[in-house]
Amino acid sequence: MSLNLDFSVVLERWPLFLDGAVMTLKLAFMAILIGGAIGTLCAVGRGSNNRFVAGFCTVYVETIRNTPLLVQIFLVYFGLASIGFKFSAFSVAAAALAINVGAYTAEIIRAGFESIPPSQIEAAEGLALSRFQIYWHVILLPAIEKVYPSLTSQFVLLMLASSVTSQISAEELTAVANYVQSDTYRAFETYILVALAYIGLSLVLRAVFWSLGLVLFPRRRRLGTPL
Amino acid sequence: MSRERIIVERPVVALDKVHKSFGPLKVLDGVSFTVERGEVLALIGRSGSGKSTALRCIDRFEKIDSGEIRVCDHRVDAADIDLRALRQDVGIVFQSYNLFPHLTIAQNITLAPVSVKGMRKAEALDLARAMLARVGLSEKLDAYPEQLSGGQQQRAAIARSLAMQPKVMLFDEVTSALDPELTGEVLKVIEQLAADGMTMVMVTHEMGFARGIADQVVFMHAGRVHEAGSASILSAPATPELAQFVGTGF
Repeated sequence: MSLNLDFSVVLERWPLFLDGAVMTLKLAFMAILIGGAIGTLCAVGRGSNNRFVAGFCTVYVETIRNTPLLVQIFLVYFGLASIGFKFSAFSVAAAALAINVGAYTAEIIRAGFESIPPSQIEAAEGLALSRFQIYWHVILLPAIEKVYPSLTSQFVLLMLASSVTSQISAEELTAVANYVQSDTYRAFETYILVALAYIGLSLVLRAVFWSLGLVLFPRRRRLGTPL
Repeated sequence: MSRERIIVERPVVALDKVHKSFGPLKVLDGVSFTVERGEVLALIGRSGSGKSTALRCIDRFEKIDSGEIRVCDHRVDAADIDLRALRQDVGIVFQSYNLFPHLTIAQNITLAPVSVKGMRKAEALDLARAMLARVGLSEKLDAYPEQLSGGQQQRAAIARSLAMQPKVMLFDEVTSALDPELTGEVLKVIEQLAADGMTMVMVTHEMGFARGIADQVVFMHAGRVHEAGSASILSAPATPELAQFVGTGF
């Protein structure tokens, strides 16, 4: 048994990997931005008195959480195609990932809502704040602060899961790896490099969210609450 | 001939035959009392006597079943009451302080004046400074609630309510969560408010304090006003229930 590793032919193709990594980050950020918004709205919606709104949000969240990501991607990909829409693989991938992470974000933020004691809302009502003001200042911001570490983990998970979109030929990191290994016959080396690249991307994403947390939640900055 | 008129001022708070049940449990059974401007009313009684519920009804945190509650110009029992207008006139302070943990003390205090009254931020900050000075916490402007002791948090909560310039303040057992040595600093603040002429209704277990500060004492028992009068009823109770209550302290 011998292990013969040769990275040279793989490393030669570094510009491809770089493009792939950039594409992965772009996909992740698009999906997080859109999915984060969907998730927040949906978390609010599930608490709505309007049964149609609450029901719709619940069905959405449960459907997404109980089906595989790959199947969701195919559904969006073939679904859009079959009704005559033609989008780039990147757009379809971003949309599918956004829909996916939106559901998980909704659940996390809802847990955050539930961690706000009713006495906080009562205090805000006592100060004559409007419903919207209470939602914004006393429920949403503190809830997101509380679940921020879980949100960060979920978003990193999403970035890693974006590798699945290589199946619809979105040209992200894993798709590049698939191409390179078939071109060079150096599969093991290729995937070692790609694994390292994903670790790097995860660290980048965590650093971004950590810094963002310092801006969004000044209390963390002052009191050093761990992320 | 003098053109002055005698203005008969209406009470700031008036409860008239207020009834309230939680399910089968009758909590308020025809409660009536009035609080004039500048008066301090102490609501006392055992746990479960309905005193906290009576207080919460004044700010409509509980909806009454029948009877009438008037606060300033608001008909609190009306179905179409403007709650936000009512709550601009009424300040309420809770047992558990309920400061917003993610905001500094300054932000806690300025939040309502800025978002409800549309006050400019700089002006609200000056107001926050003034209110904190009033409760003896000037140096805590930029602290977060968790950096304060219980007594300090409660004083900050009082300052937060005062910043809305309410016409009446409600205190719901505000010292019950505090150690005895921290109780004093909060009571001192309330005493100062009374001296400044603030109209107040307080639910309290501090009999000595009630005796010293209250213009009116209302002793509640089984959902009714069992005995009411000046603070002297605490020294010379007319009913055996109040005598027993004062004797045991609870």
